[in-house]
Amino acid sequence: MDLITPEVGLIFWQTIVFLVLMLVLAKFAWKPILGAVKSREESINEALASAEDARKEMQNLKADNEKLLQEARVERDEILKEARQLKEKMIAEAESDAQQKADRIVAKAKESIETEKRAAMADIKNQVATLSIEIAEKVIGKELSTEEKQHQMIEKMLNDATLN
Amino acid sequence: MQPNLEPIILSRTGTMIAHKSLKIIVTFTLALALLPLNAFAKADPQAKESKDEFNPTDMILHHIGDSHGWHFFGEGDSSFTLPLPVILLTEDGLVTFMSSKFHHDTEGEYVVEADGGRFVNYHEDIYRLDEGAERLKFNEDHVAINASKPWDFSITKNVAAIFLTVILMLIFFFGLAGHHRKNKNAPAGFNNILETLVLFVRDEIARPQIGDKKYMKFMPFLLTVFFFIWITNLLGLLPGAANVTGNIAVTVSLGLFTLALILINGNRDFWQHTLWMPGIPTFVKPILAIVEVLGLIIKPVALMIRLFANITAGHIIILSLIGLIFILESAGVAGISVPFALFITILELLVAFLQAFIFTMLSALFIGMAVAEHEHH
Repeated sequence: MDLITPEVGLIFWQTIVFLVLMLVLAKFAWKPILGAVKSREESINEALASAEDARKEMQNLKADNEKLLQEARVERDEILKEARQLKEKMIAEAESDAQQKADRIVAKAKESIETEKRAAMADIKNQVATLSIEIAEKVIGKELSTEEKQHQMIEKMLNDATLN
Repeated sequence: MQPNLEPIILSRTGTMIAHKSLKIIVTFTLALALLPLNAFAKADPQAKESKDEFNPTDMILHHIGDSHGWHFFGEGDSSFTLPLPVILLTEDGLVTFMSSKFHHDTEGEYVVEADGGRFVNYHEDIYRLDEGAERLKFNEDHVAINASKPWDFSITKNVAAIFLTVILMLIFFFGLAGHHRKNKNAPAGFNNILETLVLFVRDEIARPQIGDKKYMKFMPFLLTVFFFIWITNLLGLLPGAANVTGNIAVTVSLGLFTLALILINGNRDFWQHTLWMPGIPTFVKPILAIVEVLGLIIKPVALMIRLFANITAGHIIILSLIGLIFILESAGVAGISVPFALFITILELLVAFLQAFIFTMLSALFIGMAVAEHEHH
């Protein structure tokens, strides 16, 4: 058996066996293996792509949230500002209202004091008049027994009367 | 002189382990340069006298060659040899018998009678003796004069080893395919290794060489040829194993597959560029056609020779190193030649993969060239 002379028998067996091996493996091994590997690679790629999508979505959501938060903050500030303004306005209104009321009360009080005073004066005058008349009656009764005395009396009373 | 050298070799062997491989090589080269001269000078005259004298060429050729039985160890009738079927196609039809009927004889002495024919095994070639012939006789040109050579389709050691590779591949890849049938996950353990290798062939060999569109069609061939060569190469490194991929018949068959795929799948562009190259003066075209057709044949021939030569060379180196022990008739040589044989064996592990890769790679490249779509000029 020479080293470099190919033997027909071995070529025959190698060719037949290799051909059969290749066909059998192609159908029952290579095809399912390569198919499975390919579908796995596809699913991995898909998973990666969807993960990337999810990441982007997350980013969008986060940005949205940030935006919403910002808006809320601005709104809150506005509300607070409005509330403060309202408070100030209310205080101011209440103050002016109170002032008016107080003024009115004071005015009324003054008015009523005036009225009372007048009434009191009138009353006093009446009482003085009455008293004067009574005194006068008594005095008249006692003093005006003579004409001279009457004159003196009148004179005196007139002098007193101007004291008011 | 030889006994004086032994202690030197031994002392060298002792220190060798500590040194780096470069130093080992230098030491070894020195030993190789000095010793065989004496050994051969001493051995040659005796070789002619005694038939039992160790003949390294016969030993090596016997080990790397094919045989009708699978010999493991032992000599003659006490040897442990797996008998294999001998299948012969003679003029009178198929003749089959077990190789054990030759009783380990390869010198053409033991005559086996089967189906009316008388057969002898002479150096693993089986001859059918002519009527009345008792012993095989040769003329000066070493052609048998009293016997004919039937077609030999025996299940030889190499064929049995091919079957072994086939069985292993079927177990491996049916296992991997079975995993994929059952679940969609990536496989673990050994199946994962196999799948990685399958993907290696697909992504590093087929896709770059043939192109994304067409590679799937050639994957069965490329995968089968890659794993067949690699597994066979590795099995061939085992002690007592057959030298299958280092047999020219096997590589011729594999090369023919590549050639057939190129011829069958070559597209219009490929044939045009091979037979009638466009864009050059007409009178050059026939000359170039001859060159191209030669190239077409040389490509697979280079493939088959590369694989055969690499694997055979590796085996020859290992056997030569071991053979040195017997040539020099000194056990001390083993101290050098065994580590070297081990080193070469480890190197052969790499070569086993490399040659499978190169064969597959170049097959893919040639197929890729044959199916390539050219951008039109």
